[in-house]
Amino acid sequence: MPMFLRLAVKSLLNRRGSVLMSLLAISVAIFVLLGIEHIRQQARTSFASTVSGVDLIVGAKTGSTNLLLYSVFRIGAPTDNISWQAYQAISSNQSVAWSIPISLGDSHKGYRVIGTTDSFFEHFSYGKQRSLSLASGKLFEGTFDAVLGAEVAQSLGYEVGQEIVLAHGVAATSFTLHENRPFTVVGILAPTGTPVDKSVHVPLDGIEAMHATGGPAFGASPVVPGGGAGGQARATSEPASITAFMLGLHSRLSTFKLQREINSYPSEPLLAILPGVALAELWQMMGMFENVLRLISALVLLAAVLGLGAVLLASIRERRHEINLLRVLGAPPYYLFLLIELEALLVCLAGVVLGVSALSFGLILVEEALFTRFGLYLDPSAFTPESVKIVALVAGAALLIAAIPAFRVYSEAKLNEH
Amino acid sequence: MIELKNVRFTHENRSDKPLLNIEQWNVSAGESVFVCGPSGSGKSTLLNLLSGLLTCSEGEVSVLGQRLDQMSSRQRDRFRANNIGYVFQRFNLIPYLNAVENIDLAKSFQSGSGHNSKSGSARTLLTALNISESEWSKPTAQMSVGQQQRVAIARALVNRPSLMIADEPTSSLDEENRDSFLDLLMPLLKAESMSLVFVSHDMSLAHHFSRVEKLSDISGTH
Ligand SMILES: Nc1ncnc2c1ncn2[C@@H]1O[C@H](COP(=O)(O)OP(=O)(O)O)[C@@H](O)[C@H]1O
Ligand SMILES: [Mg+2]
Repeated sequence: MPMFLRLAVKSLLNRRGSVLMSLLAISVAIFVLLGIEHIRQQARTSFASTVSGVDLIVGAKTGSTNLLLYSVFRIGAPTDNISWQAYQAISSNQSVAWSIPISLGDSHKGYRVIGTTDSFFEHFSYGKQRSLSLASGKLFEGTFDAVLGAEVAQSLGYEVGQEIVLAHGVAATSFTLHENRPFTVVGILAPTGTPVDKSVHVPLDGIEAMHATGGPAFGASPVVPGGGAGGQARATSEPASITAFMLGLHSRLSTFKLQREINSYPSEPLLAILPGVALAELWQMMGMFENVLRLISALVLLAAVLGLGAVLLASIRERRHEINLLRVLGAPPYYLFLLIELEALLVCLAGVVLGVSALSFGLILVEEALFTRFGLYLDPSAFTPESVKIVALVAGAALLIAAIPAFRVYSEAKLNEH
Repeated sequence: MIELKNVRFTHENRSDKPLLNIEQWNVSAGESVFVCGPSGSGKSTLLNLLSGLLTCSEGEVSVLGQRLDQMSSRQRDRFRANNIGYVFQRFNLIPYLNAVENIDLAKSFQSGSGHNSKSGSARTLLTALNISESEWSKPTAQMSVGQQQRVAIARALVNRPSLMIADEPTSSLDEENRDSFLDLLMPLLKAESMSLVFVSHDMSLAHHFSRVEKLSDISGTH
């Protein structure tokens, strides 16, 4: 080891108490900075991939964010329904390749129920054009069949064959239970890491039939579980209205034209949104939150670096004799300056190594759990080009702060020369 | 070897009459000079002028035939590393480095350290100064004061300087160690025919040196 480096290392080890403290502060700052950056990027990616392959989402006229929230994220409530006729008219437009009708408004133990058709499983995709797939069972066939999202099945402990009762309204403690019309779980979807995991999917006609039967009716025959559900006669009546629908077009080029047409639909006030644009807008609204996170991490970094500066500044006082000795041995003033800077850099690097290791270790643990439970793939490597930038920033900040004690030593050495 | 001419020196922000005012003072090669004076009289300041740690605003300071007062600060630092060995009363060593590292540290400042280095080996010197090998890898802070002063001599000698400067190196030693310190140092200097300027307030050491002077005789203001 060159003498210069050895001197710095041994000097730090000699003051390991205070040095360890500022090293830990730096590693906490690194942990927070990289951790937040990592979560931010992962959140953005998983947010943007909540829905893909859908060209337009149509609902009753409301804010575009509201439409996105209730149709995709199952948050909030629709202001109004749209008529089945309007759905029929628009989905039979020649530029439409496929459509997914959605009917919301019921729930099961706090999980939202979505009434839809087979085309949901066929056409809805998330992430990079990934389709939904079954973890067990089959898709719904009978009127009172239900297909559960992964999280619903997991947290309620349901398996295929389980009978469930839906409640009117979306509150977890809704009193209006449709007890006379239980549904049978026929399939469970594989985890997607999207709101699909938290949904109960039933056929549109099931919703109709359930509501049509009205309140608790005595003597209503329960559905035979298992294969018997297939024998249940499927309601022929079409629903009067649905909540929203998603459209896939033959050509992307017709998206704006169709959007304009829908938005000026004569007999009903409708709104059509491009999911990608609405997602981006929603993320923008959360940009404030992102900036707050960034500000917090910047302040954590500042505190850590100031701590390092304080430790170094205190050290030059207790090392007065040492510094004088180095001058006597022939060390030029810049040598002392660089020595202090090197010490700051070493503490900083050790802090980075510790912080990054802790974060990577933590991410590996979390990633295991996230993948098995939610099918969410979190990239376990904390090192992205962005994090290299952050580490460089931390090192730069440490060097800048250390320049204060380093310059003091330097100028005191210079002072003695006339 | 050393030649001071019309040197006046005042410490910064001390505007009273100059601390040192030396018309002429010479030391020839191989001489060992003992300079005594009470504490605060300017002995350390004189040594700092000789080593180039301080520079005078007036007058000429030549050491080894080179004008320190005309050198750049970088040149003076290099000159000091190559040509001057220093021993103080205390704080001679980096306390958390061991004896060998302390000596190697001094070597690292010598120009041309490496293959064409004229410096000796830390091990040879430590052996010559009666430091047993078991002590070599201890932090010097854990050594006795007597041992530390001997390591300091080894450190001062490692670059084979032409001039040795000693600033009350024996003041923190007891009488026994003081004599053994000088008994070790003097033959080593003779063997290498180094010059020595040794300052102290303790006149009882004077008999070890070839020349004894009072600072008040050298510097006119006293
Ligand atoms: N760096 C300095 N700045 C200002 N005054 C100093 C400085 N160093 C020494 N002095 C003053 O110069 C005088 C001589 O100091 P010094 O040379 O250390 O004396 P000695 O070594 O003989 O005890 C003292 O009064 C001391 O206070
Ligand atoms: Mg003194």
